[in-house]
Amino acid sequence: MSIAGTGSSITGLGAKRGASEKIRQTLRQVKQHKMSYVLVAPYMLFFIIFMVIPVCISIGLSFTNFNMLKVTEFVGLSNYKRLFLEDKVFVTVLKNTLVFAVFTGPVGYFLSFGLAWLINEFGRGMRTLLTFLFYAPALSSNLYFMWTYIFSGDAYGIANQMLMSIGVLQEPMQWLTDTRTMMGVLILIQLWASLGTAFLSFIAGFQSLDRSLFEAGAIDGIRNRWQEVWYISIPQMAPQLLFGAVMQISSAFSVSTIIMSLAGWPTTEYKADTIVTYMLDMGNTRYEVGYACAIAVFLFALMLFTNNVISRMLRKYSKD
Amino acid sequence: MLKKKLNRSIGGTIALFVLLALVGLYTSLPLFYTVSNAFKPLDQLYKFPPPLFVANPTTDNFIELIQLCSEYRIPLSRYIVNSVFVSVVSTLGNLALASMAAYPLAKHTFPGKKLIQKMVVMSLLFTSVVTYIPQYVVIAKMGLLNTQWSVILPMFMMPLGLYLMQNFIMLLNDSMLEAARIDGAGEFRIYASVVMPNCKPAWLTLIIFAFQQVWNNNGNLYIYKEAQKMLPALLSSVAAGSSSVARAGVSAAASLLILIPPALIFLLSQSSVVETMSTSGMKD
Repeated sequence: MSIAGTGSSITGLGAKRGASEKIRQTLRQVKQHKMSYVLVAPYMLFFIIFMVIPVCISIGLSFTNFNMLKVTEFVGLSNYKRLFLEDKVFVTVLKNTLVFAVFTGPVGYFLSFGLAWLINEFGRGMRTLLTFLFYAPALSSNLYFMWTYIFSGDAYGIANQMLMSIGVLQEPMQWLTDTRTMMGVLILIQLWASLGTAFLSFIAGFQSLDRSLFEAGAIDGIRNRWQEVWYISIPQMAPQLLFGAVMQISSAFSVSTIIMSLAGWPTTEYKADTIVTYMLDMGNTRYEVGYACAIAVFLFALMLFTNNVISRMLRKYSKD
Repeated sequence: MLKKKLNRSIGGTIALFVLLALVGLYTSLPLFYTVSNAFKPLDQLYKFPPPLFVANPTTDNFIELIQLCSEYRIPLSRYIVNSVFVSVVSTLGNLALASMAAYPLAKHTFPGKKLIQKMVVMSLLFTSVVTYIPQYVVIAKMGLLNTQWSVILPMFMMPLGLYLMQNFIMLLNDSMLEAARIDGAGEFRIYASVVMPNCKPAWLTLIIFAFQQVWNNNGNLYIYKEAQKMLPALLSSVAAGSSSVARAGVSAAASLLILIPPALIFLLSQSSVVETMSTSGMKD
């Protein structure tokens, strides 16, 4: 009994000594790599100020009624209670966000992959041109002004002229403010803008594939292009696919600029608003910063959760 | 090689090309119309169906754009100077800080490195608009509201640039760095004269991503003084009348002019972008 006791006290002491030894070792390493920290420090300073602190602030402020004017009070979970139980508009914008995310996320993702695959079939010059044409919406987001010309609400808008000339419409349609059409039209436009960073990453992925594997695949009985892409290209491109997913999730959940510039802010009856535009409306127009922060925290959680699920799926696939 | 060609049926090829043509048409139509509308005389802008190509091109729209701008309280040159200043300083700042941090993150092992890398990858998810509200609080507290620094300083930490540079530098040959170390070069010296010259594709890519993001920023979120704003803000006020087709030509001309700088940079550095993006993958 007593022997066992001494034994355990010795291991306890050992662990303690081990811990302090570990700290000392870490300190030695820190000293040894002083220069690494010096090089990383300037970037990290800005990263902490403009990314870490804002994320922490939104978590902190989401429990208060902060509005930049009155004295701030701690209000516990009441912002979250309002968000989930009382706010009817939030249900609408959450639904809109998910609809936008489904279209610009997965649809945009597969579109990016498919187009990158097709572009890869061309020679160098054509490839550059096509990449540019598809990527142009991301290069200058201002190109979306052209859509106002197409979906203009008067009789001169292209969509209206076209549908009126074949007799589908009797009078011009207010595409971007009518609650029946605006969501559909905005999805079309958002999808147009969804070929972004992921698309470039996929193009690069296809170009750096190991050519010899295709010949080996042909010998092993790969019959057509679909099998080729499924059994050879995709497994090799797993890292790019993962990166692309992160970038696509990031843009799918932050759909906002196009909506605000084309359909107004807020949109008619909030019927095409997303979590982001609603959050901006709360924080920027109504100064309900505490509540807006609760919305932000919800959005962070939603994005991290989606990212986790999708990364896990992709990893599982690439390991199989 | 011959065998590989045989694997591909003609029907499948045609189907793929039709698909490519359709999607391509859809994504590039606004670009085509922007270019052609910018040179269309007024009577052709209202024609239906809208002609894709211009019959008798004119520069009227550009002249009208300049006239419209000269009627504004703030001269056009002011917006251009603002845009160039903000874009250049943000991009260079991001390049300097991100590349400097990317080198040790890619090549050194030091306590805390894993944590930093994890945070950077996580932050790729959060675009500036998602963190806008709390960032506004920070920027207001720093007294930066209504100054161009409110747009510039957050750009310094754009995580995408750091992430891409880090992945690219990881693939650089260690023996090169080791040789410089034996020659007595310090870590900063190695960064400046060995790492940087050898990752030109990566920093060209960073430049195009950073530039394109800040060039399209109108500054409306943090800047309320019109004289401090950037070109896209002017474009939105010029195009404000374009919800009716009235100013379609002028706003197309303005969109085209704004597209030119990022488009040029992209086309010139496209092969570097592809080279860098092939290392963009996430291993774990």
